[in-house]
Amino acid sequence: MGVSSPFLTTKIDDLLGWARGYSLFVYPFVTACCGMEFIASACSHFDIDRFGVGLTRFSPRQSDLLMVVGTVSHKLAPVLKRVYLSMAEPKWVVAFGTCAVSGGIYHNYSSVQGIDHVIPVDVYIPGCPPRPETVLEGVMLLQKKIAQEPRDWRWKSSSRT
Amino acid sequence: MEEFVENLKSRFAEGILLYQEREMPVFVVTKGCYPLLVKALLEEKSFQVLLDITAVDYLRWPEPQPQRFELVCHLFSLDYNKRVRIKVPLNQGEEAPSLTSLYGNASWLEREVYDMFGIPFHDHPDLRRILLYDEFQGHPLLKDYPWKREQPLYEEIKDDPNR
Repeated sequence: MGVSSPFLTTKIDDLLGWARGYSLFVYPFVTACCGMEFIASACSHFDIDRFGVGLTRFSPRQSDLLMVVGTVSHKLAPVLKRVYLSMAEPKWVVAFGTCAVSGGIYHNYSSVQGIDHVIPVDVYIPGCPPRPETVLEGVMLLQKKIAQEPRDWRWKSSSRT
Repeated sequence: MEEFVENLKSRFAEGILLYQEREMPVFVVTKGCYPLLVKALLEEKSFQVLLDITAVDYLRWPEPQPQRFELVCHLFSLDYNKRVRIKVPLNQGEEAPSLTSLYGNASWLEREVYDMFGIPFHDHPDLRRILLYDEFQGHPLLKDYPWKREQPLYEEIKDDPNR
């Protein structure tokens, strides 16, 4: 197997994708009632830890999955942006619940109509609030996405300039 | 209480536009009379508690109103267990008198009225928005504020090249 063979690098990509997908440190950006459902998914009945997403960190510096759980108002949008920018790459974002996905029922003066106006989003989990099964499905989708990502994650920031 | 109301009605005869007896005494007063009436209630009948100051926008009211806004103020007397409502009709852009010299909590309540309705208070010490941010355009509780109008995001978010 020569240096030019892509075999080793693709295998490392697979290994890294697998490892990253099953060791996600979550930053819960919980602003509203969806937080209850996030707690339900995290506790023993549904146990998101079975999927390797159990380690909740309350500092964006230590986490690589930003879960935006609940309504984000215009006043809060700069805070969310700052939290996202404080996270070290590789990082992923999940919009949890209809309010984070699209603003939901809060089509009014105060709410951001979906957090993708502020930060890039990887997986959208709809529902008001989403059932824990939906959350687990979303987490598995994200893990599939992470597994397919190339090792050089820097495309994330470079493609958006 | 009844004789005190009669006393007030005779003392502020030119300021009280309308008096109604509802679930509590309701005074509709001119804006010049408003702080004087509140002061009399506070000092003579111990209405120490300013429950709320809010406003009503009568823009789309079924019957057209001579003034667009009405400032509504509720007072409560601990000694007599009585409440009083005071309403002040205001035109658009007209400044309202502030109660901050009489009640400390009037400051935040009036800032909220200013934030939501855009009613200015002319002797308020610190008239800024209280709930919304400074860049917010318009006043959201006005009836002519479009309900689905979206505010622009902060400039720092919009101009960020990493988005």
